[in-house]
Amino acid sequence: MSGGLWREALGALRDDRLAMTSAALLGVIAFAALVGPSLIDYREDEIDWSNMAAPPFEAEGHWLGTDRLGRDLLVRTLFGLRVSLAIALAATLVSLVIGVAWGALAGFRRGRTDALMMRFVDVLYSLPQVFFVIILTVVFGRSPLTLLVAIGAFGWLTMARIVRGQALALREREFVDAAIVGGSGTLRIVGRHIVPNLLGPVIVYATLTLPQVILVESFLSFLGIGIQEPLASLGNLIADGAAEMETAPWMLAVPAACLMLVVFCFNFLGDGLRDALDPRDR
Amino acid sequence: MTALLAVRSLTVDFAASPPVRAVDSVDLSVAERESVAIVGESGSGKSQLLHACTGLLAPNGRATGSVRFDGMELLGPGNRAAAVRGRGIGFVFQDASGSLTPHRRVGDQLAEIASATRGLDRDASRIESRRLLDCVHLPDAGQRLREYPHELSGGMRQRVAIALALAARPRLLFADEPTTALDVTVQAEILALLAGLCREFGMALLLVTHDLGVVASLADRIAVMNAGRLVETAAAADFLRGPKHPYSASLLAAVPTLAGLQ
Amino acid sequence: MSLLELRGVTVRYRQPGDGARDLAAVDGVDFAIAEHEMLGLVGESGCGKTTLGRSILRLVPLAAGEVHWRGRRIDGLSQRAFRPLRRELQCVFQDPHACLDPRMTIAASVAEPLRALERGLAPVERARRARLRLEEVGIADELARRYPHQLSGGQLQRAVIARALIVDPGFVVCDEPVSALDVTIQGQIVELLGRIRVERRLASLFISHNLAVVARLCERVMVMYRGRIVETGTRRDIVSAPLHPYTRELLDAVPVIDVRARERLLRRAQRARPAAVDRAPAGGCAFAARCPHALPLCRAERPQLMKAESGRQVACHRAGEWPGGLPSSMAG
Repeated sequence: MSGGLWREALGALRDDRLAMTSAALLGVIAFAALVGPSLIDYREDEIDWSNMAAPPFEAEGHWLGTDRLGRDLLVRTLFGLRVSLAIALAATLVSLVIGVAWGALAGFRRGRTDALMMRFVDVLYSLPQVFFVIILTVVFGRSPLTLLVAIGAFGWLTMARIVRGQALALREREFVDAAIVGGSGTLRIVGRHIVPNLLGPVIVYATLTLPQVILVESFLSFLGIGIQEPLASLGNLIADGAAEMETAPWMLAVPAACLMLVVFCFNFLGDGLRDALDPRDR
Repeated sequence: MTALLAVRSLTVDFAASPPVRAVDSVDLSVAERESVAIVGESGSGKSQLLHACTGLLAPNGRATGSVRFDGMELLGPGNRAAAVRGRGIGFVFQDASGSLTPHRRVGDQLAEIASATRGLDRDASRIESRRLLDCVHLPDAGQRLREYPHELSGGMRQRVAIALALAARPRLLFADEPTTALDVTVQAEILALLAGLCREFGMALLLVTHDLGVVASLADRIAVMNAGRLVETAAAADFLRGPKHPYSASLLAAVPTLAGLQ
Repeated sequence: MSLLELRGVTVRYRQPGDGARDLAAVDGVDFAIAEHEMLGLVGESGCGKTTLGRSILRLVPLAAGEVHWRGRRIDGLSQRAFRPLRRELQCVFQDPHACLDPRMTIAASVAEPLRALERGLAPVERARRARLRLEEVGIADELARRYPHQLSGGQLQRAVIARALIVDPGFVVCDEPVSALDVTIQGQIVELLGRIRVERRLASLFISHNLAVVARLCERVMVMYRGRIVETGTRRDIVSAPLHPYTRELLDAVPVIDVRARERLLRRAQRARPAAVDRAPAGGCAFAARCPHALPLCRAERPQLMKAESGRQVACHRAGEWPGGLPSSMAG
């Protein structure tokens, strides 16, 4: 529908070195997380009794060392990446879909519908997220799915607010009037005019939300409420590493560095996307 | 007599793919107290010409040639144009929001310019603000000083913008399509105001517009621009009697008039 | 029977922070448009002419009054019930850069009313009709594939006209269709509109703040001031013998290109001149504050729109005093 415009934006993005480097790095990381574990001899829960708490480059075959149970750190980190990224992507996608639909409808309808829908958002917003996660975990058990639902259930709120603001502004644009005069109804206008015109800020916000979700998940896992052992996520790897900080610092350094790198890359990519998409939209 | 503003071989290029030459080797001069109008369609380069003279070009634009104001060269390194702006040259934009800050009262904005450019203290600049609003025939000036730009109508805002331009007692006023966004009735009033002010304060005027109707009453000399080049320059009276260039003639013919009906 | 008829149409806007006092943007407007007639509506910004156009198209609700289309009352209909009528009532908007979705190609925008109003059409047929309409207004295929930001104002406005015509309407509201364009392009678009109107025998309401433009196209003209019609008549009458002081002011504002223009302008500059007062006076003629001929009666009592000679109407207490129409204050 608007292929030419996305091509233009991609062209602008290509000129942004930092954003492209970040995108490339993320690609490499994602690839490593997917493919890497199958290339390494050790499995993520495999205990190597002869190499417990071995520093990097010292033990045979363990590039980044092992943890105190002798599990290969590289494999566990890659696995952790997989889990963290998967949850982040899924949760962001859920937030996106619900948030955009909610916000676009509220912003377009204005008046009472808008007020009701956004009051609902306000109420949910005021609930303590961590509290809810704990309750959900207690009720439904600790699994990636529970975590996904818990994070997703709150993630769409801010997205809905942002989208609603954009939709309100778009509603006043003359081409919406033109669409009404042209016989289009609410759904058609929201779907064909409002949503495509706010995808720019939405995409930018999504790429900036992803690292936030990773951090939230890591935090929850760090607290012990999120991903459970023996399943690895960046969060619980960091928790383990923090406990052994003085004796085996690499256990903390490796997953922490990984987390930092991923968060930086998403942020730079998000910045680049915003620059590529925004100026032309004005 | 040396011209107040002397433009020689002014060329403006924009870095893009492909590069764009917006203004192509233009020579123009404006004498003291003279009103010159540059007329052309959108894209003819007339606005870029103005921007180059006042240092308002976009970052990817480059101006070469010479623009001398009262003997002082404005182009070149050191952004001298910025120093002259507001001190010898006044600027009126098409949309008054180009000169008016939306979140400050009208009176405050005027007082700020007056004190910045003429070193007046607070009381003196307040009196000066009042005087400026009277100059531009804004009714109920005392009330207007306390209002915000959005509380005024389009025509009134433009008057305030003109007052702002006058605050620094300029000798030359640049006006970029000052009436294009206004109704026909208000246009006439604003043009009359500009003409009156130029006469009263002895200012020169360089006006850019796409509408020859605007210019017919205001200009001493008319210059026509097309695709970056100056196509014709003539005294207004001569021009209106019969433009020499076919493009100028087409511009003249395009103005909607009531001819044939009255 | 007239095609479109308005009776006592009133539209109100809530004024924020003025004691929530309602402002009547359109205040009791009556008129009728016949089949194939192009009626002109002139007035300055804020006089309510755009709101009037929008109220006909059901974009703003009426506070009072009736709108009749082909004898049937349409103002009370819900948006859903009104939709089939959209095939008959279309609009050409003022700012072509704003009324086209920046994320859709020109061809897609032009075809869109068909998608909404003629659901059964195949995409191929839709595209074909869009191409035909674009050809009719002079836009080549090559341009139709582009996006709005790649076209000039004049080209965009042509596309907007094509979009208005694609459902074969019987009536088109043209809301300041040339005001956002360069003077040279204005003439082209005005000519295009005139041609289309003749070829398709369209009825239309042509709205503008420029009397010269309206007079070019419209046989009959209405003058609007602050929500009310103050004068109606044929274009010849309005231009050569205006009855209302505001009409006279509009005429005087139209630029006359001749060598005496300078003197006239300087004379105008010397006249007393305040810009119009914003607050609408309560009671009395809305124009009284600006009128050079105002009497105490004018400030006290609002004049009604009354019939004058030869089918004209005017709302002015002093209407009969100048038999040949008001003389120009710019005489000389």
